[in-house]
Amino acid sequence: MRMTGGDAILRSLEAEGVEVIFGIPGGAIMPTYDAMARGTTVRHVLARHEQGAGHMAQGYARASGRVGVAIATSGPGATNLVTPIADAWMDSTPLVCITGQVRSPLIGTDAFQECDITGITLPIVKHSWLVQDVKELPATLKAAFHVARTGRCGPVLVDVPRDLQEAVFDFTYPETVDLPGWKPPVTVHPPQIREAARVIATARKPVLYVGGGTLNGDACDELLKLAEAGSLPVITTLMGKGAFPETHELHFGWPGMHGTKWANLGMNTCDVLVAIGARFDDRVTGKLSAFAPGATVVHLDVDPAEISKLRDADIPVVGPLKDALAALTEEIVRRRADGAPGPTQWLEQLAAWREEFPLRYGAAEGWLKPQRVLETLQRLTAGTDVIVTTGVGQHQMWAMQYVLSERPRSFITSGGLGTMGYGMPAAVGAKAARPEATVVCVDGDGCFQMTAQELTTAVLEDLPIVVVLVNNGYLGMVTQWQDMFYDGRRSHVHLTTDVPSYAKLAEAYGGVGLVVQSEAELEPALAEALASGRTVVVDCRVDPAEQCFPMIPAGAAALDMVEYSETVEAKAS
Amino acid sequence: MKHTLSVVVEDKPGALGRITTMFARRGFNIDSLAVGPTERPGVSCITLRVDCSHHSLEQIEKQIHKLVNVLRVTELVSGEAVERELLVARVTVPPARRGELLRATDALGGRLLDVGPEAVVLEVSGTTEELDAFHELCRPYGIADLVRTGRIGCPRASAKRRAPRRLAAIG
Repeated sequence: MRMTGGDAILRSLEAEGVEVIFGIPGGAIMPTYDAMARGTTVRHVLARHEQGAGHMAQGYARASGRVGVAIATSGPGATNLVTPIADAWMDSTPLVCITGQVRSPLIGTDAFQECDITGITLPIVKHSWLVQDVKELPATLKAAFHVARTGRCGPVLVDVPRDLQEAVFDFTYPETVDLPGWKPPVTVHPPQIREAARVIATARKPVLYVGGGTLNGDACDELLKLAEAGSLPVITTLMGKGAFPETHELHFGWPGMHGTKWANLGMNTCDVLVAIGARFDDRVTGKLSAFAPGATVVHLDVDPAEISKLRDADIPVVGPLKDALAALTEEIVRRRADGAPGPTQWLEQLAAWREEFPLRYGAAEGWLKPQRVLETLQRLTAGTDVIVTTGVGQHQMWAMQYVLSERPRSFITSGGLGTMGYGMPAAVGAKAARPEATVVCVDGDGCFQMTAQELTTAVLEDLPIVVVLVNNGYLGMVTQWQDMFYDGRRSHVHLTTDVPSYAKLAEAYGGVGLVVQSEAELEPALAEALASGRTVVVDCRVDPAEQCFPMIPAGAAALDMVEYSETVEAKAS
Repeated sequence: MKHTLSVVVEDKPGALGRITTMFARRGFNIDSLAVGPTERPGVSCITLRVDCSHHSLEQIEKQIHKLVNVLRVTELVSGEAVERELLVARVTVPPARRGELLRATDALGGRLLDVGPEAVVLEVSGTTEELDAFHELCRPYGIADLVRTGRIGCPRASAKRRAPRRLAAIG
């Protein structure tokens, strides 16, 4: 069928089953937007900043399990996508970014709004294409979606010069991809599974260390079966949060820098550590040489390059986690039936540690405590279809600690890159993916101001979200580090709690603004916001002195954690 | 320890850049690099010389293997592969002293490429050690220009293990 390159992009998206894309038009992508105006089944959500569009596409991908799509023009439009691309790279979020490029004859001449976006993004994409012939466009988009979602998920970029979007050609969407060099693992080695099962079934103190790869690999049902079949305790990382129901008796918290003490005790004193789609991030391990000493490491991952990257794996299992965990469960069931006992004493020990070292925070003393905000949110949303997104910082860690995720894809956050401003646009994207869910963005006041303009998108695109603003008037996590590690010298961290007025800002953007200044006001305000069906900002003015504990100082061994009740002394990080 | 990696890639725009970017980003140094076509149309071979530990080499290899344009990664193991490098040098040498230099070049299997009133251009191919020796030999005369290609190689025909060692296959 004869059509322009711009129309071909939309027909390709339709052929991929794409329902929603997020973007902003501009000069070099105008022919494709013109094709949208002529008609498509794809919904376009108009963001107010390309970074917002990118994070929306990420939020969409993480909430739905499908590939997120962001579209932008050349030059500044494309560079504004760099942060979402880097974020998707670090957290393995499947993302296709389509950018306009200046006309082919102008490439390399420093033309208006020209930039080498394929060059700029080279280290942070799985692959990228600068399309050079309109006839290659369908196969390129087919390949882009295939690469983004196969193997370890991640971002790809397709850069399309404007003249190619205007060029007319005969469109057919290919059935297959032609990528001879792209061969992600598709099978699991049975001998490795048997060896892993032997070690796990006979372990006295096993721990399943579950990362975001479990969600990306759609292996959460298999994980639940494995844990239950083997009576194996599960500890989920920030990115793995939601992969296992956190209300389940076999869930034992979150590891790492602001993880719970019982989880870190479990991870670091286990005899068999089963890493499942996790990558031994420094925020999880603390000082690597002191991490889980003596533990036999079983590492399951679809990406062979993660095996033994940081911690040598004793038993590597490479392949799709869904298949790997299913096969592992069969073996574990057989071994348990043959009489290999479950780790009963170990589970009792973990439960005892949970009782002994619970999360704690101080009395209110006239202040609303941030932890109380998260606890109340948890209580009001427990058992409901809720998706929580976050920014990055103290509020994110409190959300990890106090919000219990019961279902996969119900907790969406920026882990690896730590992108402040991620939460709100990600919430808008998640709402587009799951309109029937209540979507709550737990945000800090610093984060919120980085992408606040996307409140407009939430309101005008009818994608209502509730922003629970943990407003302490500071860049809280930086402040905490300055207080703990820089002798309390506060350097450029004070934001103030009331400039801007977040409630008025919400109203200015067409939403609802609520202010919470006391514990008494908290629950009614949150309940009102959750029930409203509108975009609401709940500005919770919380104790600015509150710090986030437990904490493993950067570079310290995981068991040298600082707890809430102890005196916090300055310590070199 | 030094290692030679042979990376077979689709001849696509940016293929070399993706590999060198990966090295830079993950903090690995490239000692030498040579790129050229292979027996297959549309397929190029990139030969990289890297100085790193065995653990780093495995990381490098696995990271390269994930690149979409990369068809195959193999290490050319010393003793199981033939490796060669080409050196071209312009050496300033007066006519009276050219005889001894040309005899030495000849002895190493090198060739005279060009002759001028004040200098000659010589080429020698061989192992890195042979070229290092030739470099030293030329130095007293005065080297005006000297360039080397970086090494290329392929598995020995005579080796028992004909197939070069594959590092990628875990699991």
